[in-house]
Amino acid sequence: MKFGIVVSEGPYTHQASDSAYNFVKAALAKGHEIARVFFYHDGVNVGTRLSIPPQDDRQIQKQWTALAAEHKLDLVICIAAAQRRGLLDENEATRQGKDANNIAEGFRISGLGQLIEMGIQCDRTITFGD
Amino acid sequence: MSEIIKKFLYVNRKAPYGTIYAQESLEVVLIGAAFDQDVSVAFLDDGVFQLTKGQDTTAAGLKNFSPTFRALGDYEVTKLYVEQESLDERGLTLDDLQDIQYEDEDDDYAEKPSIIVVSRAEMADVMADQDVILSF
Repeated sequence: MKFGIVVSEGPYTHQASDSAYNFVKAALAKGHEIARVFFYHDGVNVGTRLSIPPQDDRQIQKQWTALAAEHKLDLVICIAAAQRRGLLDENEATRQGKDANNIAEGFRISGLGQLIEMGIQCDRTITFGD
Repeated sequence: MSEIIKKFLYVNRKAPYGTIYAQESLEVVLIGAAFDQDVSVAFLDDGVFQLTKGQDTTAAGLKNFSPTFRALGDYEVTKLYVEQESLDERGLTLDDLQDIQYEDEDDDYAEKPSIIVVSRAEMADVMADQDVILSF
C-alpha cells in the first residue's frame, strides 16, 4: 500500500513525530511504500539541524535524516509553516536576506500543494498529531 | 491539475484563536481548492467557534481571518458541515454563525447557503464517505 504521512506537532514536546517515525519504519519493513512525509504546523521543527537533544535521548532529526537516506524518503517541510517558525533552506535564506539556514539533510522545503498531491496519489493519508 | 478526483474533508476541531491550527487549516483549504478535488470542511467541538460572526481580535493583537470563510465559495468550497451537538453544547445557534453563501453555477448563479448543519451521527456518515481526511 502507498502511504502519505502528515506530522503536525513539533519534536520532543509531542510524541507525534516519534509515532510517525515508528509507523514509517514498520510500514517499510512490511514492504509498503511511503510516498512522502509532510511536516506541518510545529512539525516543521523536526527538520532543523540545529537542535541538540541530550545524548541519552533519541535524536529525532537524525533518525529521520538516516531513514530518508536509507529508503530515499521524500521529507517535505511546508514553506508557509516553516517561514513563520524560522526554518529556512539555503535558497530561502538568500531570497529573504537572512544570515543563516538550518534545514537538515534529507529534508526539503516546498508548498502546501505537496500535501494535497500526496492525498490524491496515496492509498491512505495518515496524520500524526495531538 | 489532476485527473483523479477524491473526496477531501478538512476537519476543524479547535477554536479560531489560542492556537494556530484553525488559521493553518484554512491555508490548506485555500491551496487545496486549486486541485479541483471534491472538497468539504467540517466544524465540530470548539471548531464551531471559527464560523461565529462579529469576531474582533483587536485587543488580542491577532489576525482576524474569519472574513476569509465568506470567500470560500469563490474557491468552489461550498460544503461546510457544522455539527449540531457541538453548537448546542456551546450555547450557539445557526444565527450566531456568519452567513456564508456560494453562487450555484448550475442554478443560474443563485446564492445558496454553504453551511450545512448535521447531527453527530450524520457527521460520522460524512466522514465515512471521504477518501482523504485531514484533521486540525
